[in-house]
Amino acid sequence: MQFGIFSVSDVTTDPTTGRTPDDTERVRSMMTIAQHADAAGLDVFATGEHHNPPFVASSPTTLLGYLAGVTRNITLSTATTLITTNDPVRLAEEYAMLQVVSGGRMDLMMGRGNTGPVYPWFGQDIRNGIPLAVENYALLRRLWTEDVVDWEGRFRTPLQGFTSTPRPLDGVPPFVWHGSIRSPEIAEQAAYYGDGFLHNNIFWPMHHTKQMVRFYRQRYEHHGHGRADQAIVGLGGQVFVRKNSQDAVREFRPYFDVAPVYGHGPSLEDFSAQTPLTVGSPQQVIDRYGAFVDDVGYYQRQMFLIDHAGLPLKTVLEQIDLLAEEIVPELRRIVEAKRPADDVPLNPPTHAERVAAARAASAAGATHVGDGFDDVTGTRAEEVAR
Amino acid sequence: MSTTTRTLVVVTAGLSQPSSTRLLADRLAAASADALLEAGQETRVEVVELREHAHAIMDAMLTGFASGDLAEVLEKVTGADGLILVSPLFTTTYSGLFKSFVDIVDPDSLSGMPVLLGATGGTQRHSLALDYSMRPLLTYLRTQVVPTAVFAATDDWASQDEALQRRVARAGRELAEAVAARPAPRGSDDPFGDTPDFADLLGGA
Repeated sequence: MQFGIFSVSDVTTDPTTGRTPDDTERVRSMMTIAQHADAAGLDVFATGEHHNPPFVASSPTTLLGYLAGVTRNITLSTATTLITTNDPVRLAEEYAMLQVVSGGRMDLMMGRGNTGPVYPWFGQDIRNGIPLAVENYALLRRLWTEDVVDWEGRFRTPLQGFTSTPRPLDGVPPFVWHGSIRSPEIAEQAAYYGDGFLHNNIFWPMHHTKQMVRFYRQRYEHHGHGRADQAIVGLGGQVFVRKNSQDAVREFRPYFDVAPVYGHGPSLEDFSAQTPLTVGSPQQVIDRYGAFVDDVGYYQRQMFLIDHAGLPLKTVLEQIDLLAEEIVPELRRIVEAKRPADDVPLNPPTHAERVAAARAASAAGATHVGDGFDDVTGTRAEEVAR
Repeated sequence: MSTTTRTLVVVTAGLSQPSSTRLLADRLAAASADALLEAGQETRVEVVELREHAHAIMDAMLTGFASGDLAEVLEKVTGADGLILVSPLFTTTYSGLFKSFVDIVDPDSLSGMPVLLGATGGTQRHSLALDYSMRPLLTYLRTQVVPTAVFAATDDWASQDEALQRRVARAGRELAEAVAARPAPRGSDDPFGDTPDFADLLGGA
């Protein structure tokens, strides 16, 4: 199982000091956080995408492209890439470029975005959220898998003889996740293509997460990509850790009480009981997160939100160290021991594995699934285009 | 002839203890259950006192999800055969607590639901609030609101004539008719059973 961190990139006043970083400082803190996570040995860094204050992450591939150059091992990803309001042509270009620049050390996660005004700012209508996600992603896949695309749809200027460059690394597009909290249509989309599905359950009770993941798994099997337990699943999470659990609660409570999204609402204790938020010792995090596989089945990626609500950079870096040193090794041992079978993927597919799968499939003359390219068995783009 | 047990869920937004709003709610529930029994239908009545869930309702507003007991209440309400909704009138309209509860109910989940409305207030001057504010709220949610809505002012509880009781009985009969005319809800354990196949989503894109 991979363990990583994802950032929403919020600029929030530290409630304990009254200090607010400016945008430049916040962007730089994200750069530092990602590099620190890489050095500490975490598996994934993912950035959100937002187009409104107080968030600074408007340009994910710029940030991730820089990080590709200054990190060594960490997988660079998004949480999420707005498939609704971005032009799928630009997404095809930017993420293929990131794939090449990072040597395939990246994947990305599609999301719709839930900020109403962002849709009209980018010429769209939030009521078309699902149809936009469906059409844009179908086009994005064609741009990655077919060298020359003729296309006409409902939301975008038609394309005649268009080639998206650079072509994907080794002819194999990046692995794609789909993130959704409420919409089964998106779980169905992920299942249809054999893509990954991440349920960002940080604000949701586990029984809801369980239902969504089960639905995705059933549909993954239905669409012929493998058994339900072989589907690629990710979960969100949120922790604040100190060696001593009372210290963690005392230090985090002032941030929790006024945090964006849930502040001024339920108590820290109630919210911790109802959602995956765990504020306490490393062992408490291990116990709680080690049990999620019992709810959703063995899954491949666990992400943690650790850098929001005005927490100072120094604290965030300490959280990364605690995760990497005190939590992840033991948590990984516990959850990986619960993997039901050897043919249940241990991790999400790497670029090298996808290339190998694509070559094997093309040697075996595999037929295509879905609309022309199977992400799991794979086929080289050039061959599809002919 | 086999009888199905129908479920009436009573939501009362009264704040005091004892509450005249609860008193009215109980009378409306009893009248409805009696009328359903006359029509050959057993009835189970479940009462929800919103006061007990006041903090959870506000938390749900702030976090976007209902937890624990409140999640069960929402399931009860949306799964009922009929609803009896009773609010005190505060400052010309239903109480803020009542509206906050309605606000966290999935707006599509009450379509076609038979609903009986009741309200309490200090004087009869406020009685039309039922029809100018409460009824449109439930109409917006595409519920089937029965024609008689019952307002009880303080004086009604000491009235010589039986006007309040007659209104209650009439309203109960109307709700019973609406409930009896509806097929018993089909239980479904699959929350995503209505999700279209992706081929249909693609086709409609």
